Amino acid sequence: MNVVEASGLGKRYGGTWAVRECTLEIPAGRVAALVGPNGAGKSTLLNLAVGLSVPSAGEITVLGGRPAGSRAALDGIAFVAQDTPLYKNLSVADMIYLTRSLNWRFDQPYAKARLAGLGIPLKRKAGKLSGGQQAQLALTLALARRPRLLILDEPVAMLDPVARHDFMATVLAATAADGVSVLLSSHVLTELERVASYLILLSRGQVRLAGDVGDLLAARGQASLEELAMAYLRETRTPEVPR
Amino acid sequence: MTALTMPARPDEDDVRLRPLPWRRMAGVTWRQHRIALAAVAVLLGTLAVCLWIIGTPLHHAYTAAMACHPASSAACQNLAGTFNGTNDHLLGATSPGGVFLQLVPVLIGAFAGAPVLGRELETGTFRFAWTQGFGRWRWALAKLVLLPVVLAAATGAAGLLVSWYYQPYFAPGSQALHLYEMSPFATLFTLRGVAFPAWTIAAFTIGTLAGMLIRRVVPAIIATLAGYAGLAVATAGFLRERYLTPLLTSSPNPPGTAWIISQWWTKDGRFAFANPPFSLINRFCSAPPAGRGKNAPFGTFAQCLAPHGYTQWTSYQPASRFWPFQWIEGGWLLALSALLIAVTIWLVRHRAA
Repeated sequence: MNVVEASGLGKRYGGTWAVRECTLEIPAGRVAALVGPNGAGKSTLLNLAVGLSVPSAGEITVLGGRPAGSRAALDGIAFVAQDTPLYKNLSVADMIYLTRSLNWRFDQPYAKARLAGLGIPLKRKAGKLSGGQQAQLALTLALARRPRLLILDEPVAMLDPVARHDFMATVLAATAADGVSVLLSSHVLTELERVASYLILLSRGQVRLAGDVGDLLAARGQASLEELAMAYLRETRTPEVPR
Repeated sequence: MTALTMPARPDEDDVRLRPLPWRRMAGVTWRQHRIALAAVAVLLGTLAVCLWIIGTPLHHAYTAAMACHPASSAACQNLAGTFNGTNDHLLGATSPGGVFLQLVPVLIGAFAGAPVLGRELETGTFRFAWTQGFGRWRWALAKLVLLPVVLAAATGAAGLLVSWYYQPYFAPGSQALHLYEMSPFATLFTLRGVAFPAWTIAAFTIGTLAGMLIRRVVPAIIATLAGYAGLAVATAGFLRERYLTPLLTSSPNPPGTAWIISQWWTKDGRFAFANPPFSLINRFCSAPPAGRGKNAPFGTFAQCLAPHGYTQWTSYQPASRFWPFQWIEGGWLLALSALLIAVTIWLVRHRAA
């Protein structure tokens, strides 16, 4: 089963294509990293996958053929958007209540145990938590939904190195324990090294490279994911215009 | 391989086909909007207490005046004077209190309605709310039905209290006692009966649509205030008096509770003037008899101008049309609100976020 399938997918804002001619098959059971420079279309692609955006061209399905954004799709996907939006004036307990009410499945004991382990008080307002705690709360709520696919948009961009490490450790533990497939976007390559087993390289709205990290490294003779990505982005960068 | 990493969940497929029950949105809506709802409760509670405090002596004075016999006795005239004196115009449509009260629907609508979608879009939390299993248009529909119903119940109750306050002014038999009479249309028409909840819902739905379109709370509130003001001014100044064809009378003394739409004079079956010119009044009405009642000036002019061939015409809406007008206004406002909700839901469903 593929957790995300796109064919000829395109999204246009005004006259600019944020994503175009995107054809992808992301297999299940992987941590897939969506990598690319700022403005490459990573968030647009993820928004299309969760149905927040509607394609301008082509189509995208998730979890083995479910239309993106459909009820069946949303039931199996947990999405943590960029900057982990939470209701700042609601307490942590209220956020748990909201997520539990809006979904069929919600593992409340897991959520509470995990937040207790992180030292996040249930009565504290979400807006009063530190950036790392907010990210952990959003991730906990997403994981407690027991999703088949976890989609994370720039999950560690705002976090300090310790928080980044903890966050990624949680994601890895979840994939190992529950078999959750993960699709995450990042422009911070070093964090992905340890976790990603599948790579999608996006640049200027188009998929430049996609495949198993091990295969890609072997085929291109690179030592690390970072080197591979850098080399590829250099190849496709805009040529300098002579003055 | 896939089977190992994706353990089967036997009940999952059955569950997935069913939408989540609507009732789950009750608690969600309450938790997200309890501050706004509490503010509405405080606002309406304050209004209720004020109305009770100024309304109780008014009703006492009215009961005392009505119970007094014979009406022409000095004691009864005193009681009638007491009742007339309690009308301090605190709640007249154009008094400061009345103007503030007429802002209540739009204040509720703008400050409770505009953030419902506007804040989600402004702070990005719609990315959380719209990706949950409940589904985004069902989430929006639940809120846009539940919140207006709650607001309608609260403002409907407050509207009953406003009606209670005014009730003595429209009661039959007041005229015989020379008690002060008012047209039910001139006295906070929008804050009574079905108009109060209907205007509140209209303001709320304008606010939610503005929030959805503008995607920012403060500009959406301002847009709501402007949109509501336009609608309210157009209704009060143009629409409302045309709900039903006004009655026409040539009687110099139309009922004190009538809503006078316009008055004009004719001579020999042709329009003469809207108001008698001073030259005419000076010529024919040099010594006007002592006036009586609210419409004394018109009445006296009619008396002294009538022998010279002038007839005064009055088009008016009688007080008996209060409820038909309430239902007409409530009806079109609710239809408008339903349309605005439908447009908002359509936008939530189809507009790219």
